[in-house]
Amino acid sequence: MASTNTKDPNAAIGLEDGTFIAAGRRARLAEFWYYFRQNRGAVIGLVVFVIIVAIAVLAPLIAPHGPSIQNRGAFLLPPVWEDGGRWEFVLGTDAVGRDILSRLIYGARFSLFIGVVVVSLAVTVGIFVGLMAGYFRGAVDTVVMRMMDIILAFPSLLLALVLVAILGPGLANAMIAIALVQQPHYVRLTRAAVMAEKGRDYVTAARVAGAGNIRLMFKTILPNCTAPLIVQAALSFSTAILDAAALGFLGMGAQPPTPEWGTMLAEAREFILRAWWVVTFPGIAILVTVLAINLMGDGLRDALDPKLKRS
Amino acid sequence: MFRFLFSRVALLIPTFIGVSIIAFSFIRLLPGDPITLLAGERGMTEERYQQLQSAMGFDKPLVVQYFNYLLDLLQGDFGTSIVTKRPVLQEFLTLFPATLELSFCAIMLAVLIGVPVGVLAAVRRGSWLDQSVMGSALVGYSMPIFWWGLLLIILFSGILQWTPVSGRISLLYYFPPVTGFMLIDSLLSGQEGAFKSAVSHLVLPTVVLATIPLAVIARQTRSAMLEVLGEDYVRTARAKGLPPRRVIGLHALRNALIPVITTIGLQVGVLLAGAILTETIFSWPGIGKWMVDSVFKRDYAVVQGGLLLIAGIIMIVNLIVDMLYGLVNPRIRH
Repeated sequence: MASTNTKDPNAAIGLEDGTFIAAGRRARLAEFWYYFRQNRGAVIGLVVFVIIVAIAVLAPLIAPHGPSIQNRGAFLLPPVWEDGGRWEFVLGTDAVGRDILSRLIYGARFSLFIGVVVVSLAVTVGIFVGLMAGYFRGAVDTVVMRMMDIILAFPSLLLALVLVAILGPGLANAMIAIALVQQPHYVRLTRAAVMAEKGRDYVTAARVAGAGNIRLMFKTILPNCTAPLIVQAALSFSTAILDAAALGFLGMGAQPPTPEWGTMLAEAREFILRAWWVVTFPGIAILVTVLAINLMGDGLRDALDPKLKRS
Repeated sequence: MFRFLFSRVALLIPTFIGVSIIAFSFIRLLPGDPITLLAGERGMTEERYQQLQSAMGFDKPLVVQYFNYLLDLLQGDFGTSIVTKRPVLQEFLTLFPATLELSFCAIMLAVLIGVPVGVLAAVRRGSWLDQSVMGSALVGYSMPIFWWGLLLIILFSGILQWTPVSGRISLLYYFPPVTGFMLIDSLLSGQEGAFKSAVSHLVLPTVVLATIPLAVIARQTRSAMLEVLGEDYVRTARAKGLPPRRVIGLHALRNALIPVITTIGLQVGVLLAGAILTETIFSWPGIGKWMVDSVFKRDYAVVQGGLLLIAGIIMIVNLIVDMLYGLVNPRIRH
């Protein structure tokens, strides 16, 4: 593309084309940012999310204690502002003397990791299957959509719970189960978008120009279907964190002593009437993270989805 | 209308068969086989193993097993609990009213608050009221409800001592179940204070279970209302000089409610998923807690039957919602 051979007219066109596409992309990004910025909540969500990512990345540097270090003589210490609290343990300690703040900081790593893995799995499988169904239609489509209906007939958490019972409790299996119950949403969205795009002129043009099925599916159609998928990805990122925490809370997700927020809540349950802090802080961490992502998701939808713009 | 109904029911059949295949394979996908599980730690002789295998039909080809399973289902046989030895369907029917009572109260709470609040937010778009309603709705939507339940227990049962921590009614009262709904049964029993006790047990779980549907309904009502308020016929109604209350209540709301009904229907799955967590936290003896307990007790016959029954309920409710939708919106009947 970057050939300097001016004798070849195609090269010159290619170059121009390239810069044109780059400029177009930049303009679209600017437009996106313009709309995104107008939603104050979305910007706040983004800032909070960036902070949580920073905390997760820098966990070993900023956590005052190790996440599994049990401090003898410091069982169920209250937060520093309560009577008996110590500056050493700002948010108090749990029943075996672990620093809650440090566990929460390390827990951010798990929640973000869960979100990333679940969404990547669900998106990859969902887009692929949805493209197949929407592009080829016919029998493939019928079979795929009936299968998705079947998955959607179960309450997602119940299906995930049962899947984990089959696969065995643990974080990895919980993530697989959650990804599996989430991917029908991607299949449906991709399929609907593909069906809408497939009849457009530019697709026919590409086909006439000799593009094969694979190229048409992945290079011609798919890039034009991404807006609803990005919005769904943001929303299911937060659902993934919530569901993983719920499975952890039920004892089927990450296993103790992993400092996963839901698992921390499960361990804290028996102390709810004695030590409010062991229950309160992990939940706040989950709520703040999920809320930040949902705020961003709303902003993304407003900025990317022209139908809902300014509504 | 009849053809519409027929086509919807016809669509359910393949889904139900798929659901039954999943429930059928579930018990066979587990590590180890059900008979070894049944034997438990004591183990059993080879002879007894063979005998049980043929008694339960596990020695036949999978296809034959599946058809026998379907035949049993059609006769209302959903299997027998490994732990309690009672039929799964019977256990389900005794526990289901508790979940139904809780879910019904939760969805009523969500609709009765969510719809008016969503309408208000739309009518006063951009005001502090709109912003605070939408802000709270987003918080509700993001809420880890298992934590929310624990917080409410700390506050209302621990600090204020207003409500009990768990169960459906105080142990002081006993009466035979008539309808299975504690609110009705406690009234029928005529015992003083029984109804009050039932209500106080019901309040916190209802609030917890209603949180997410309430947030979703409020958001959906607001956006549906905003869309309708921009329509020409609303402008016409306003221009005719109709009082705003009438325009909003009669012209706008009726049309805005169409998508809201679908949303409410979709909340049934959310409610049943939420019941798993809510019932676990409050020791509410319903099907959510039953499923979780069965997973932990490895009572796979119950998990298998329960999965199928719960999926069946969701499918039937979705069908009813589809019907209602066709009723209020004649355009999609064809």
